[in-house]
Amino acid sequence: MHELAVTESLLAIVVQSAKENHAQKVTDITLSIGALSSIIDDSVQFYWNHISKGTVAEEANLHFNRIPATLLCLDCSTEFTLEDELMPCPNCNSINLNIIAGEEFQVDYIEIQKEEDKNHETTS
Amino acid sequence: MKQRVEIVKKILDSNEQLAEQNRKKLDDHQVFAINVMASPGAGKTTFILQTITKLPKDLRLAVIEGDTAPVTIDADKITAVGMPAVQINTGGDCHLDANMVGLAIDELDLDEIDLLLIENVGNLICPAGFALGNHANILISSVPEGDDKPYKYPNIYRNIDVLIINKIDLLPYVDFRMDYFREGVEMLNPGVRTFAVSSKTGEGFEDWIAWLQAKVRSAQE
Repeated sequence: MHELAVTESLLAIVVQSAKENHAQKVTDITLSIGALSSIIDDSVQFYWNHISKGTVAEEANLHFNRIPATLLCLDCSTEFTLEDELMPCPNCNSINLNIIAGEEFQVDYIEIQKEEDKNHETTS
Repeated sequence: MKQRVEIVKKILDSNEQLAEQNRKKLDDHQVFAINVMASPGAGKTTFILQTITKLPKDLRLAVIEGDTAPVTIDADKITAVGMPAVQINTGGDCHLDANMVGLAIDELDLDEIDLLLIENVGNLICPAGFALGNHANILISSVPEGDDKPYKYPNIYRNIDVLIINKIDLLPYVDFRMDYFREGVEMLNPGVRTFAVSSKTGEGFEDWIAWLQAKVRSAQE
């Protein structure tokens, strides 16, 4: 996909949030990525290592919370997860379906160290 | 000590905000805008040209052409039929984004336009993720690409308002199971408005043109 554009957008959100929270360093970033969003973890991590250099989020670890594509059959109420290819309801073969998960594409939270934490560490 | 900061924000949030600005600009000038997406070779430019030919001559339109390389082949075809066209070179990027489209919109005189056609970069994956601020997303799926596209590229079928099945004049020559194709689409986007056409012969365009004209009219009310 377009991992560079995505990673740049991610960095902007993280840096903004770090600034608002007076972070000295961002250590971890957790993302929710649905299986239908076509994003490749390794590729995002690769770009991240390059473009985060020199920012407050340099060397932060990216955690990918992969969410499988889950469908609900509107005819027999069977809920099923797509393993690979799109398919009809495994119970009744209906194509009357609702996608209830798998399209997520968001930053959930970051973990930061604050300036005072660092002072505390050095004095203790 | 670590502190957790909740964010819960879409990763492409900034793009969506820019798309919202584009949308407002278009609305302020009563311009109806469509984003035409498809794989390379599905017939986007031919479809747009046929659409221009079939629309009434007093409907004022403009085209934004997205290409990954600085080639003006598509834009030249549009200007050859007397329509204003703005070319966007994405510099290798696989999709248009709201920022690029915003800059292109600024090059157009929106007061002189009723309909804006945005031809996205030929790609079935990336354009699906980037909102542009248009009013309707159109996907062209052409018969020779095969009937398995909804199964292989589900994401792009999710957020479309209109599906064009193009090159239906080739149906006798290729193994395209229409039922299988349509079932895949139905699973992803139930009831999506679908028009089966041939951009080459003009077959099937009447209903699509009627739909488009109705949308342009309602944008002006």
